Amino acid sequence: MISRPALAIISASILAYEVLLVRLFAIVQWHHFAFMAISVALLGFGISGALLAVWKSWAERHSARIFNVSAVVFGITAPAAFLLAQSLPFNALAVIWRPSQLLYLGIIYILLAVPFTAGAACIGLAFLEGKAEPGRVYLWNLLGSGAGALGVLAPLSVLPPMICLALTGGLGFAASAVNTARHGDLRSLVLVAALAGAAGGAWTVSPSTWTSLRISEFKGQSQSLGVHDARLVAERSGPLALLSVIESPSVPFRFAPGLSLQSPALPPEQLGVFADGEFTDAIDVWDGRPESLAYLDQSTDALAYSLTQLPEVLVLGAGGGRAVRQAIAHGAARIDAVERNPDLHRLVAEDFAERAGNVFARPDVTSHIADARHFLTASARDWDLIVYPFIAGDPGGSLALTESYLHTVEAFRSAYRRLRPDGWLSITSRMELPPRIVPKLLSTLRRALDQERMREPRTGLIVIRGITTVTVLVKRGAVSASDIAATKAFAESRAFDLVHYPGMAAEEANRRNVLESPDYFEIASALTGEQHLDLVGSYKFDITPATDDKPYFFDFFRWATLPELLALGPAGGAALLELGKLIVLATLVQAMAISLLLVLLPLRAGHFRPKSKRTVLRFGAYFLALGLAFMFIEIAWIQKFVLFVGHPLYAVSVALAGFLVFAGIGAALSARLERNLPSAGNVAIGVAVVAIALTALGYLAILPPLFNALATLSDAMRIVITFALIAPLAFFMGMPFPLGLALVARSDPDFVPWAWGLNGCASVVGVTAATLVTMHFGFQTAVAVAVATYLVGWLSLRIRTADS
Amino acid sequence: MVETIENYRAHAGNILAAYGGFSPRVLEAMRIVERHKFVPDRMVPMAYDDMPLPIGFGQTISQPFIVALMTHLLEPEPDHTVLEIGTGSGYQAAVLSPLVKTVCTIEIITGLGEIAAKRLSQLGYDNVQTKIADGYFGWPECGPFDGIVVTAASDHVPPPLLEQLNPGGRMVIPVGGRFSIQHLTLIEKDKAGAVTTYQLLPVRFVPFTRGVR
Repeated sequence: MISRPALAIISASILAYEVLLVRLFAIVQWHHFAFMAISVALLGFGISGALLAVWKSWAERHSARIFNVSAVVFGITAPAAFLLAQSLPFNALAVIWRPSQLLYLGIIYILLAVPFTAGAACIGLAFLEGKAEPGRVYLWNLLGSGAGALGVLAPLSVLPPMICLALTGGLGFAASAVNTARHGDLRSLVLVAALAGAAGGAWTVSPSTWTSLRISEFKGQSQSLGVHDARLVAERSGPLALLSVIESPSVPFRFAPGLSLQSPALPPEQLGVFADGEFTDAIDVWDGRPESLAYLDQSTDALAYSLTQLPEVLVLGAGGGRAVRQAIAHGAARIDAVERNPDLHRLVAEDFAERAGNVFARPDVTSHIADARHFLTASARDWDLIVYPFIAGDPGGSLALTESYLHTVEAFRSAYRRLRPDGWLSITSRMELPPRIVPKLLSTLRRALDQERMREPRTGLIVIRGITTVTVLVKRGAVSASDIAATKAFAESRAFDLVHYPGMAAEEANRRNVLESPDYFEIASALTGEQHLDLVGSYKFDITPATDDKPYFFDFFRWATLPELLALGPAGGAALLELGKLIVLATLVQAMAISLLLVLLPLRAGHFRPKSKRTVLRFGAYFLALGLAFMFIEIAWIQKFVLFVGHPLYAVSVALAGFLVFAGIGAALSARLERNLPSAGNVAIGVAVVAIALTALGYLAILPPLFNALATLSDAMRIVITFALIAPLAFFMGMPFPLGLALVARSDPDFVPWAWGLNGCASVVGVTAATLVTMHFGFQTAVAVAVATYLVGWLSLRIRTADS
Repeated sequence: MVETIENYRAHAGNILAAYGGFSPRVLEAMRIVERHKFVPDRMVPMAYDDMPLPIGFGQTISQPFIVALMTHLLEPEPDHTVLEIGTGSGYQAAVLSPLVKTVCTIEIITGLGEIAAKRLSQLGYDNVQTKIADGYFGWPECGPFDGIVVTAASDHVPPPLLEQLNPGGRMVIPVGGRFSIQHLTLIEKDKAGAVTTYQLLPVRFVPFTRGVR
């Protein structure tokens, strides 16, 4: 019999590997490609199910031995697959113009599928062997998975990610060793230990170039390090990002987005700060003299300081400190700087404090390590000026997949309420042609201001643009004549263009940095006017206001525009393709095709002969529905908990762990129920499904106000509350699968591994389908779909029962 | 390839229309410069496809359409001195060579710059001067310039380059963030020295790198 702790260890290692791969791929490539590769590789669960269904009898006879071998294969291939994958000359960005790159992507799929198949085979074997009590197997599986999802954060906080990868592989050997020891097979135990030692030795003696992260040569960090005297001067590895600081002494960085063409001042020497290989901010080497920061008065984002006197400023997303230095340069009376990543803050405030002019040690600067949205919601203070983080654009459409709760209607309302009377909210974005970010920003702000009952949104708004940036200012109150005069003087002296102020004439637009047509002026006029919804509905990109229900601010995708962009590809349209959403769609299509193949393979091969077609259809529908519905709920709630927990990675880990652990407890209880009262299985499934529906739908109503009320709590308390909220939902979600499996085992034991594979395939399809549904229709719709799918699954079983 | 480029005129919309379509001189230069001599051996079969191609060091040779467009926008004349920032493979400099008196081209990556200088010399582009340096500060000794073409993206227009542009001169530069959408920007300096910028196409360029490699 397979050792339960060994099962828990291999389950933990698979989940840890999955979370780790997301981090590793985000560093070496771009994270939306990681999503694609990992989603498809997860079909290893389906592959293992299909293989076990085909060779069920043989697998049952040798289950312990196959488990040991599979766990060792996982231990070896988990690190090896990633090392090989990152050594391929795959360039994610080149997929746009070189489809041959898809070949490399296919090889990455195959490489990553190997460890997932091996690991999943271990779990599938445990279900096959323990089919008499699937609840207990499910309990150990889910407890282990939960521990892996959450536990990987700790080593990621203190160890380099590649060491974490090696340790994850080590867990595979540990699972094999534990299982071998349980059977008292000393010879096998020695063999596993020897293999583990050999693998560890091979890792240690390998050239460091093999076992180091190979960041794409097209990423900013690789290119910057190519400068002959540039060097990496600091690195901080944490669960949120791998941060690197690069010094380039002979020719320093010159990060000055939107610097005026007429600027008399140039940026000082700078250090480049990179997060996961991409440039994120620069640290000015500052001698403490205000004139050294004069260039910070020469970009569009400096406008707010021409409209306020000695303001108290809140900087959201302090990063490398550019906005803080800008506030200092303009004599701000008090500066509150909020940064979510503590490692990034330490880099500037500690490691490079002296070179950065001890910016964060100044008495007028107060640092806050917090999520910006939480800080806005929880703070009791008000400010004269709130500065949003610079919106640098969306490389390759990857941000389209990421929730941005700082750019929703609700977030802008929170920020607006934190302004003092006549205070300003300042948001600067990189300028785009055709415009996408600024129109979406204006439409979201418009709805926020409407909801704040601002009488005339256009009277509180000023927009200017330079050659590469656009700054939007929102005033808490009406823009005055002196505000307009100051704005005109500011723009004129720096060769910036006016885009909007109350009463602006069309002739004043598009004069210095001339666009083919005055798009920005026209868009701003339309979105602040009476007919603003007409533009939102007819615009070529999706500029519907982002809300907490659909917090995808950077999702501009519209199907109707796709053919036009493809046709424009050679003339730059390819750069406008939002690959993020297209990749999710491509992943869904691939996952469905491969799943279908895996599901049908055992049937076609003739190794699996179900009792009747009805059994296949009814149980098939049931396990498909469970896989889909579980993932819809999990993905939807993870999205929602990002808002509450404050960071996507933490939310993913905490929510995954919560769902898995409490689902495991639900499974254990269902196992006991099944043992003591086998005939109650069907009723229990019905109770669980109804409980899931009521809890999920109930949460839709109570969570938004609850999150607001609890936003002031500490991170630890919010994590505890997240677990508590997930507990009842996940508990019931853990019951239908083992109860259904027990029903199957009684009526058609051959069906068990196939059901396991079916569920695995549906889970992978569910992840991608749920992502698309939440992006397109919102969180509430995704939850409704999940509830409906659970009910369909339950009904399919009830038809079977009536029939039988 | 030239036919393909001409076919893409439609994508450039009013930009080319405003400038009367591609000039025959530019198209002739595109026709006579052999692009396959500017790409790595393994890329030769694709040399005449209208796409950017990798040339090593994380850099690419620009799409021919963009090279033609940037050259056209400079309005090169036989007596012009032109500065190119970002030699890369040397292809853009080679296209400019028959159109102007002198081409001064700066490459920041030592390896690329050396290969391009050797290639341009061997191919007989004698009016092209090469230098390995930081293009941000231009090349005052070679200027002032009637045209400046920047083939790598920057998040702002380097003020030193504007200073080295003659009154009446034109600069073509992709402006934007790394790997984000960049705007092909035309900058005109009138006889009085006043500057007006025109933002044209969204394009994706190799970022404007800094420092000498």
